[in-house]
Amino acid sequence: MEKDEKFEDPVEDKIDEMVTKKGVTRRDFMKFCGLMAATLGLEATYIPKIAEALVSGPRPPFIWLQFSECTGCTEAFLRSSSPFIDDLLLNKISLEYHETIMAPAGEAATKSLTDAVSKYSGKFFCVVEGSIPLAGSGNYGMIGGRTMLEIAQEVCPQAKMMISLGTCAAYGGLPAATGGLTGAECVHGALNGLNTIKMPGCPPNPVNFAALIVNYLLFSDFPKLDTLGRPTFAYGSTVHSQCQRRDTEWCLEGFGCRGPSTYHNCPTVKYNDKTSWCVQADCPCKGCAQPGFWDNGSFFNYNGSYGD
Amino acid sequence: MSKIVLDPVTRIEGHLRVETEVINGKVNSAWSTSPLFRGIEPILKNRDPRDAWMITQRLCGVCTYVHSVTSVRSVENALNLTIPGNARVIRNLLMGAQFIHDHIVNFYQLHLLDWVDVVSALSADPAATVTVDRQIYSGRKRTSSFFSGVKQQLQAFAKSGQLGPFNNGYWGHPAYILTPEENLVFMANYLEALKTQMQVAHMHAIYGGKNPHPQTIIVGGITLNKDLTSARITEFKNHVTSAQNFVNMYYLPDTTYLLGRYKDYAKIGIADNLMSFGEFPQSSEEPSSFFFPRGIIFNQATSSVQPVDVGNISEHITHSWYSGSGSLNPAQGQTVPSYSGINTSGQYSWIKAPRYQGQPMEVGPLARVMVNYGKGQSATVQQVNSFLQKTGLKLADMYSTLGRTAARAIETKVIADAMASWAGQVQASSQTLTMPFRKTFTMTSSGSGLGLNEAPRGALGHWLNFSSQKITNYQMVVPSTWNFGPRDASNVPGPVEQALVDVPVADQARPLEVLRVIHSFNPCIACAVHVFDPKSKATFEVESL
Repeated sequence: MEKDEKFEDPVEDKIDEMVTKKGVTRRDFMKFCGLMAATLGLEATYIPKIAEALVSGPRPPFIWLQFSECTGCTEAFLRSSSPFIDDLLLNKISLEYHETIMAPAGEAATKSLTDAVSKYSGKFFCVVEGSIPLAGSGNYGMIGGRTMLEIAQEVCPQAKMMISLGTCAAYGGLPAATGGLTGAECVHGALNGLNTIKMPGCPPNPVNFAALIVNYLLFSDFPKLDTLGRPTFAYGSTVHSQCQRRDTEWCLEGFGCRGPSTYHNCPTVKYNDKTSWCVQADCPCKGCAQPGFWDNGSFFNYNGSYGD
Repeated sequence: MSKIVLDPVTRIEGHLRVETEVINGKVNSAWSTSPLFRGIEPILKNRDPRDAWMITQRLCGVCTYVHSVTSVRSVENALNLTIPGNARVIRNLLMGAQFIHDHIVNFYQLHLLDWVDVVSALSADPAATVTVDRQIYSGRKRTSSFFSGVKQQLQAFAKSGQLGPFNNGYWGHPAYILTPEENLVFMANYLEALKTQMQVAHMHAIYGGKNPHPQTIIVGGITLNKDLTSARITEFKNHVTSAQNFVNMYYLPDTTYLLGRYKDYAKIGIADNLMSFGEFPQSSEEPSSFFFPRGIIFNQATSSVQPVDVGNISEHITHSWYSGSGSLNPAQGQTVPSYSGINTSGQYSWIKAPRYQGQPMEVGPLARVMVNYGKGQSATVQQVNSFLQKTGLKLADMYSTLGRTAARAIETKVIADAMASWAGQVQASSQTLTMPFRKTFTMTSSGSGLGLNEAPRGALGHWLNFSSQKITNYQMVVPSTWNFGPRDASNVPGPVEQALVDVPVADQARPLEVLRVIHSFNPCIACAVHVFDPKSKATFEVESL
């Protein structure tokens, strides 16, 4: 049994150790590895490799910056699939800076950022949540006496992998919508075309985020990206083409559903441990992962059977 | 005299800076600053009022849902719409789930590390920890090998040298008074709560499609139809039961025990005036059918709850980064953003200073619990009395940092228990293609409406004006604007600025005590900063309730 042979050894022991220490069951752990393989479009033979990648080596350092945002992306991240959010935080990644979660405040917090950037320069993963206000010399957004733009200019180019998480970081999002006064820009735009992986969505799906990390741990490389910088494993086809209601009488296309023009894997990955997603809850897709979605017209087709 | 600047304040939603002036080891003066301006209200202008909830919901991904429901209420108010009973019950359940989620995350993930020393937990004796655990709640069955495992996990973490989010904490600070065993119990529960909050959020996914940012809200009711089956109703009920179990076994006993160990915080971070808009309508009669009543308490007079008249609300901008007049009704504000740097004797925040009859009002869990208590809301009265009896405290002690943190747990218990009953009132869909739980209506060309809500962080109001079916004016006065606003036109500090006065500071390089008071308010700053288009001269008549 080739599979079992692969499974002998230190990896096996480490999985056992992890399972014992954390009350995580082996079944849950392997299920999570299976979910990651499925999300990344990998064959089942990769599942033990994913398990190995998750229990080996030092934890990759993460610096998570929050700019003009609502913290919904962080909240989505905190919903990472059971039982792995505590495990993710303590054992899979080293979250060096994240204002919502970190213990220190004020100067002590800023020290955590400065120390992490200098210690892990060129080696850290940088996640940006929110867009960056550029109007008024950047004065619409300040942290620790510096503009968000200054912080981004200093930190982001030093990252090994730059992830624009959520629609605001990826495309500017709500602060950049028509009527906005702050000159908010996406990370790529604010930093003169800096290469970033874009993971839009309002909020982004934490399963896709986890899969991005797993992909890196597995292959030491970025996943395949489309021309907009989005990983194709999550943004390769439209919501409509994957939708369970397509070609049924329950299809919401007549009610302003943006599933046909939105590239995201919502119907297969769903949200909150696969509990549901918008269309399953009878709500037409709003296209939250598409560029400019706040300015693409009304969110409902009011002449449909919504009755008004 | 010396100055302490906390910037960024962490373990909150959004961006906050707090400056304090310390004399003889105590805070003498404090200034609360929001350094981020997103400008959501001008973005709302010229859009269909029926779309506004999508945008307002994105004010905040932590207190998600609350701004969507308040927005649709403002449109329903303008159109004089009564929503179907099933939609009302489901909206209450979504709101209740939001309370449970938000409060658990505040206590364990955002507030707990102010009271619990992670490093001390590393020297705990697992066997002795079991004794402490059962002293906190006798029904817990965790063994010394369980605590040994948690300790090993934390030790392995510490040994790795990658302390991540725990790096540079104020560990070893003299204000941390818990024993290593107590610290280990609470760290175990910090990790437990991380998983619990994820489960609690499933309730939003069931009736909202996803969390954060549930999507089933719509003017006139809810979208839910095909997926609203009896199996889903049962699934939701099971989550309510799990949440009740967590509150009974962990959240409420943990809070009671912890605050019993930090009783000096009954005299620190004092509150005076409290306001609650009330929430959870039990019929179409509002606000008379509210499960949590509407009311105001002045100067800690719990037994004399006053009615709320939103016509008495004004917003001051004297100390905020806007040019214009000093004190105006939300209807008439002419606010032009005008950043001028932080000047604590001049302008120092993007937040405005709302006042009720010219007075600062604290909003949030403490306000609701004391208004409920004053109005004789039986479940709240029972829980407050039980808490006071267990801790040996008096009702007057509730007007404090301790009371604020206790109130959050107390109302979580009251709401979770009520949800068990509400969850049984939900009707399954009959599976017809016409949306069954939404009232149809004729959209008027113009109108104005007011949506009020009690969000987990407190009293929230949306004021809407539209013509030609386009928004001409949209104003939001939100909980953290009330709590974290700066000084007003008369130079009177906001509730947090006031609560920080007299807070002891043992070590000025590590102002742990200041953080405890700030976190007891559970700041949500992304919500707090708003302005509407200065070019819009639209007027708005504020309704009196």
